[in-house]
Amino acid sequence: MNLWVVLAVNSITLGGLLFLLSAGFSLIFGLMKIPNLAHGSFFMLGAYFATSLIARGFNFWAAALVGGLLVAAFGGIVERLILRRLAGAELAQVLVTLGLSFMVADVCLMVWTGDPIRIDTPRGLRGATSLLGLGFPTYRLAISLIAVIFAAALWALLDRTRLGAMIRAGVDDPSMARVVGIRVSRLFTIVFCLGAWLAGFAGVIGGPILSVYPGLDQEMLPLALVVVILGGSGSLLGSLVGSFVVGFLYNFGQAMFPELAYVVLFLPMLIVLVVRPQGLFGRQAL
Amino acid sequence: MRRLASTAALAILAAVPLWVGGTFYVNIASQILFYAILALGVNVLVGHAGLVTLGHAGLFGIAAYAAAKIMNAGYGHVTVATGALLVTLVAAAIFAVLALRGTGLGFVMITVALGQIVWGVAYRWISLTNGDNGISITGRPSPLGLSLTTPARFYWATLIVFVIAVISMAIFVASPFGASVRGTRDQPRRMNALGYHVWMIRFLAFLFSAFWSGVAGLLYLYYNQFVSPQAVALTASAEALLMVIAGGSATLLGPIVGAGLVVLIKNVASGYIERWNFVLGAIFVAIVVFMPEGLVPGVARLARRVRGR
Repeated sequence: MNLWVVLAVNSITLGGLLFLLSAGFSLIFGLMKIPNLAHGSFFMLGAYFATSLIARGFNFWAAALVGGLLVAAFGGIVERLILRRLAGAELAQVLVTLGLSFMVADVCLMVWTGDPIRIDTPRGLRGATSLLGLGFPTYRLAISLIAVIFAAALWALLDRTRLGAMIRAGVDDPSMARVVGIRVSRLFTIVFCLGAWLAGFAGVIGGPILSVYPGLDQEMLPLALVVVILGGSGSLLGSLVGSFVVGFLYNFGQAMFPELAYVVLFLPMLIVLVVRPQGLFGRQAL
Repeated sequence: MRRLASTAALAILAAVPLWVGGTFYVNIASQILFYAILALGVNVLVGHAGLVTLGHAGLFGIAAYAAAKIMNAGYGHVTVATGALLVTLVAAAIFAVLALRGTGLGFVMITVALGQIVWGVAYRWISLTNGDNGISITGRPSPLGLSLTTPARFYWATLIVFVIAVISMAIFVASPFGASVRGTRDQPRRMNALGYHVWMIRFLAFLFSAFWSGVAGLLYLYYNQFVSPQAVALTASAEALLMVIAGGSATLLGPIVGAGLVVLIKNVASGYIERWNFVLGAIFVAIVVFMPEGLVPGVARLARRVRGR
């Protein structure tokens, strides 16, 4: 019984992290049609930035914020300098983001060495909280809570603000959005930065449970891909549902079929693709 | 002119072990040849069918793993080769059915995911693939009683397979089937309206591409006498794609030149620069930004401009 509870808590935690990671991926993919294969690198970069910031005396949350902002700035530069020139050229975007991910991985290896670095759990969130008579690790609960808050905030941003309306217009019909006077190119940069920020931030708060090591990028990217394919690109609800499905499949798959964890993870995605190529929530509004 | 050039090129290639000093470079030449076979295979999809795949290292690896398993079960080289290629084709058929649900970006994403599944199996299904430790084989086979143990002999054997691959590609490019594959790339709807079965054409192109990727995987196994998850990682798929893009997709010479470039940079330059992955990434970015059509068409364009002056 206890094992199942632990697995469920771990699944929800991973689902929360994946939501932060894949919501950004999904937005970028949905709006700009850029398959950002450097998204896993943004996640890893955020985590590495945070380790350095914490080593310089930053507190965890400040490091999470600043680390995320640094990644956002990096994303913005990449978008402005390189991806901007490649609008509409999908293959070129795949190649460039893939190339960038290799470069980032190698620079990280050079700067932070190959040893895994642990990020300490923030002080107030250590230990366990008892809930409904069961003890839960406080930090994991906090991650789930953060994911829920972010989901609500993103929904409010997209559904209730002017910026959100412009983004939705851009996703649905970029050329029409341009005609009605939305500066789509500036919107692209904003969304790309936002996506990169979400990934970087997810990397930092994931640090205490995943630890930070080379290859983290390649581990997270496929998970984000599965979430987006499952949920449907450009759909926030899709990312949310997809993240938790993947979180559960990953942890339970790992525990029940350790050798086939990857197959358990990807099989549902393949089934969804065959039955519903656009993903579970593919054509729904954001 | 063209025939003369091909004959000369073949003569130079055949003589490589004689004029290249040292087994190190003969081995690199062998690597270039079997990676060129892989790149030619990938080019069928990327260049001619317009379907960008990032999962072909999976098929390459399936062939290598299957061959290693069959070989270690004690079968002879004919069984090993046919068995491994059959397994690869079956896997490719499954891959194709799934991946052809999408085109463009959808296709890329699905092939990434499929490649990652293969990687996950290679890495995690330890009882089947021996996980991170990989599988070793006891030695290179000796087809028709000819031993391939020396680097030069292995090179010549690889060269024969390479020449067959190039000829099959030349036939493919010139054939009505090749034309219909390019038709599905440029005008899928019109092809459909003209009565072509677009899906089936893409499916067959996928199998043809997978076949040569499998052959390359087989040669890779014979060359290294070892296969590990590294062979099926996303980086390996990316390298194969880079060979095609760098050399020039949809050309016959491009993938071969690209394979030579990548293997040389990887083996020779990495002796001086330790950061191979950084170099790989930088080449990707530079090519896309500065020479998007690839090296062979790019150089041809420059040559035309020089001549026209």
